[in-house]
Parts: sequence; C-alpha cells; structure tokens
Amino acid sequence: MQLQERLTKTELVSFYRQMLLIRRFEERCAEMYMLGKIRGFLHLYIGEEAIAVGCMSALRPEDYVVTHYRDHGHALARGMDPKVAMAELFGKVTGCSRGKGGSMHFFDASRNFMGGYAIVGGQLPVAVGLALASKMKGEPRVTVCFFGDGALNQGEFHEAFNLASLWKLPVVFFLENNLYGMGSHIDRTYAGGRDVFKAGEHYRIPAAQTDGMDVLAVREATLRAVEHARQGNGPFFLEALTYRFRGHSMADPVEYRDRAEEEAWKVRDPIPTFQRYLLENAIATLTELSEIARQVNDEVEEAIRFADASPEPPPEALYEDIYA
Amino acid sequence: MPDLTLREAIRKGLQEALDNDPRVFIMGEDVGAYGGAYAVTKGFLRQYGPERIRDTPISESVIVGAGVGAAMGGMRPIVEIMTINFSLLAMDQIVNHAAKLRYMSGGQLMVPLLIRTVTGGGAGLAATHSQSLEGWYASVPGLKVVFPSTPADALGLLRTCLKDPNTIIYCEHALLYGVRGPVPDTYYEVPLGRAEVKRPGTDVTLISYGRGVHLCLQAATELARRGVQAEVIDLRSLRPLDLETPLASLRKTHRALIVEEAWPMAGIGPYLGLRLHQEAFDDLDAPIAHLCGADTPAPYARNLERLSLPDVPAILKTVAEAFGL
Ligand SMILES: Cc1ncc(C[n+]2csc(CCOP(=O)(O)OP(=O)(O)O)c2C)c(N)n1
Repeated sequence: MQLQERLTKTELVSFYRQMLLIRRFEERCAEMYMLGKIRGFLHLYIGEEAIAVGCMSALRPEDYVVTHYRDHGHALARGMDPKVAMAELFGKVTGCSRGKGGSMHFFDASRNFMGGYAIVGGQLPVAVGLALASKMKGEPRVTVCFFGDGALNQGEFHEAFNLASLWKLPVVFFLENNLYGMGSHIDRTYAGGRDVFKAGEHYRIPAAQTDGMDVLAVREATLRAVEHARQGNGPFFLEALTYRFRGHSMADPVEYRDRAEEEAWKVRDPIPTFQRYLLENAIATLTELSEIARQVNDEVEEAIRFADASPEPPPEALYEDIYA
Repeated sequence: MPDLTLREAIRKGLQEALDNDPRVFIMGEDVGAYGGAYAVTKGFLRQYGPERIRDTPISESVIVGAGVGAAMGGMRPIVEIMTINFSLLAMDQIVNHAAKLRYMSGGQLMVPLLIRTVTGGGAGLAATHSQSLEGWYASVPGLKVVFPSTPADALGLLRTCLKDPNTIIYCEHALLYGVRGPVPDTYYEVPLGRAEVKRPGTDVTLISYGRGVHLCLQAATELARRGVQAEVIDLRSLRPLDLETPLASLRKTHRALIVEEAWPMAGIGPYLGLRLHQEAFDDLDAPIAHLCGADTPAPYARNLERLSLPDVPAILKTVAEAFGL
C-alpha cells in the first residue's frame, strides 16, 4: 500500500469507517435475512468493500454510478443513508426505492446513483446512454459502471464497449473481478484468459488492473481512469481483482471453492489490512479506530430500528410509479 | 389541408421535434447516411448533423439501452429499431429496464424514450421479418404502445408521444408508409388512449388498428352496398387502451369483430374481447368475433402469406358467419 497523493487523516480514517460500515451493515443483513426481515435474493459484498470505497472517493458528486445487483456497498459508499438502505431491504416505504426495488435495485437519483441492475450485463448499455447524455449536454460528468466477471460473457459487454469507444463516451467500465459468477470460476467461463483487462484492446479502450483489496490502490486507479474519461478521451476499462468472502447469495453454501483459496484471500481482507496501515503509519490510534467501530455499530443498529419501525408501502403504492 | 403520406407525416413530426427541442436526437441502424431502412429519416443527417442523427452499429441491445440511459440523463432520445422483429434482441432493455426503472426506483427515475419501429407482414419476408409483436409490448406495465393508421394520427400521436415522460413503442406498419391522407396545417395532438370512430355505423362494429383499419374501412364500404352499416373503430393506442369507445359502439350495434394481424393467442384482440364481454355482455347479440393472423410462423409463399393475414374477403366472411350479416 503506497500513498502517492497527500490524503488527510480525516479522509483516510473516513475510508476505514466506510468500509467498516458496509461490512457491519451486511453482516447484520445476513442475520436479518435469516430472521425473515429481508426477502428475495441477498447478495453480500463482503470482501469487496475496498472497491466501492476507493472508487467513490475518487468521484465527484455529479458523476453517475450504475451497478449490478450486489449494490449495497456501492450505495453506502456513495453516501446513501444506511437507514434508507436498510428500510429498502425490509421493503418499507422509507426505503431508497420506497420498497419497490429491494436488495438488487437500490436507486438514489439525488446522488446520481442510477441504480443496481439485476440482469447480468444489463446495466452496461444504460451506462453508455448516461455517458452519451452527459457528452451531448457538454456536462463534465463521468459515468462509472460496475459489473462482475460474469457480464464479460454477455453480448451487451461487446455492444457497450464498441459503442462507447466509437463515440468516445465518458464512461469508466469497472470490472469487479471476484473470479466467480455464482459457482463458476472464470477459468471455466471466460476463454480470454486471466488478462481480462485486455478485453478492451480490441475496441481500443485503454485499461488498467488494480488491487481490489487495497482501498488506496483502487482510489488511485479510479482517479486516473476517471480523469481519462473526463478529459474527453473516451472510455476506460478498469479491472479490480477481488474476492467475495461469502457465497454468491444467501442461498449459496459455497461448495465449489477450495478452502485454501478462500483462506489465502481472507489474509488480504481489505479492512484489517487498512487498519494495520493506519496504525503502523501512526495515522490513527487503536482507541480512535475502536471508537469508530462503536459508532458504526450504533449506526447500523439505528438503521435496523428505523427499518423495523417504518411502515410498509400503502396498498395504493401497488399502482404508483408505473408511469411518470 | 394538404395531403401527406404517413411517411411524410412522421418525418414532419420528427423534424418538428428536432427543431424545437435541443434534447431530441435520433439514433439507430442506418438512420443517418442511408436515410433509414424505410427512408423516414432521409436527408436528416445533412440537415441536423451526426451529433443528432446517430448511425449505430447493429447492436439492438445497446441502441435501446443507450436510449434508456440518455433519457434518464435528461435527453429526449428517439431510437429506431429497424423492425420490431429485431427488438427481440433488445427485449431485456425494453422490458426489464425501460419499463421497470420508474417502478423499481420508487418513482425517482423517468425514461422518456421513444422507440420507433416497423411492424407487420404482407411483404413476403417470411417468418422472422413479418411479426406483429405490438401486443407483447402492450402487455407490459410501464410501456405505452401506439399504432397509427393514418397520416394525421401518425403526426398527432408522435407529438403527444414526444411530450410523454414514459417509454413508448411507436409502431409503423411497413405497408402503410405510402398511405395518403389530409393532415391539418394547424397544430394539433392526438391523445393516447383515445380510440376514434373512423366511420360511423349502426349494425356491426369493426375494431382494429394500423393496417387493419384500412381493411375494415374497405369491408364497411362493401357491407354498405349490401345494406349493412358497419362502424369502424381505430384503437390508435394499444396501451393505454380505450374501452369506452368500443363499448359505446357495441351498445349501439350489439355486434363486434376485432381485426388484427397478430396471432390468436395472448394478444390485444383476446384481451379486448374478454373485456368487452365482461362489460357489455347484456348488449351483445352474438359473441365477439376475432379475425387475426394465422396461428403459424409467417409463410413466404404468396398464397400462403395471403391466407395467413386478415383481408377484406375474410372480414366479410367472418361478419356473415358470426352475425348473419
Ligand atoms: C442475464 C442473466 N442471466 C443469469 C442471471 C442469474 N445470475 C445472477 S448473478 C449471476 C452471476 C454473475 O456473476 P458476476 O457477474 O461475476 O458477478 P458477481 O456475482 O461475481 O459479483 C447469475 C448467473 C441473471 N441475473 N441475469
């Protein structure tokens, strides 16, 4: 972990806080799911937090973010109130999508968080369109589009890369490569080999690879990628190498992975790693970090209380918001 | 009132939109240099330039998806899908994204996207190029579907669609582009969800949309010669769907035939027929009849294709058999 730009202590500590918030939030989500408070599919982001936090820290408020169904981390890192996020998971009217979207469809237009999309690869064309709008309107926004390695094999990946490059659109395609699409290892699903970030070469999209377990590395790589797009040079393809520590969803007992492989990745858990970095470089003390952990816990508990106490959407909502 | 073709009416509407609203742009396969597969946007590239008339690769999914994103981002995209048959490649973007984003976002997002597409059979293009899928889209909450039959409606509906904040599938029947009709010089709009009585009558109601309306009008002329006054209703939009106009007509004529090119199962005709039976059962002298495309993939051979689509003799035959008229 190297620090090439000068970040303040406040900034660095806030990265730690955000990663921890996402982690605690989701650990509690798993419990709420077992209690039946959360329904449907629940895909946890645990292990990948450094990506959302590192990336979002490099964006401006006006930038668009589009992501997939594993979207809690992105939404929280983008500044969504955990209360509003939890309420959405509980299917309450106080949720970010007023209880209409659930886990896979977080939206926060006020933060230009343009949504979690539950169809693998479906968000890529939408991101291209957002970037097209920005470019046509002359706005200096960049659209960051997250997707998993599974989406590499959708036709939309190629359609979106091709068009974005042809039209030089300000979009950063951000691949969160956690090596698995459900239970299928990338080596069994993707014929292009492990140098996935070279997949854009055919479309003349410059690319880089970064360590998705290192929040500062992700931040720096994102800053470069976004700058490239913001300067009018067209799309950029960024690949972060990462690992999800849990199953694909709550329904997944993870019987397809080698335990040694899991352990090797868990040693690189982005949160303790960053904690060590903060301590070793005397950026924060253990007391300060424990205090943060306590605050984060409180915040998550408050979110659960809020979600629990919130009303369900009224029956009339069934027919609301179908048309504008 | 000048006479325009349906193609010219649509061109006029598109040009108005491009002239009056800087957010409007058109994208699709060959809409620019080529002028559009059906020549609707011919000359637009020279007039408006490549920023606003965007030729795309043959990538239906990203064409529609980019339209969805651009609409969410504050533009007013009009995308052309060369024919409705190819919209199947963009079905995910249309049905899963365009139609649902407003609902799933709890009302935060809007997707004011107009998807223009060509539909219908009868040109000898065989099974994959002749489909009438408008009913599929009309079955999706979150989408609107319009289908003009006359130049005046084509322009009036287009104007309304371009003010509507939702995703709309605007269907153009391939065989209607050359149809000519009066188009008012003064500004007007045609509201969505309001059917029109194209010819009044008292003995039987013929309900259709798109090309079927023209067949029904011809059949009505023939019926009049036999002393039967047929009322012809043009639905004009399939979602929202106007039930009131057909109901009012049924209460007068007590008999109705629905004519469409689509397949017999799971379409507009079966749905409309059910609703009319539910609402007007006591007014009916006979069950509502349905004349539609054959329950087959569209055949290539001229004779078979003819057999597979509704035509005037088939309308007359159905009216005779179902109602004894
Ligand atoms: C088009 C489509 N096909 C299949 C699915 C079912 N599905 C949901 S997630 C998933 C795996 C995707 O893996 P990846 O893109 O690598 O993302 P990750 O879960 O690893 O974050 C599959 C197959 C889907 N949602 N959409």
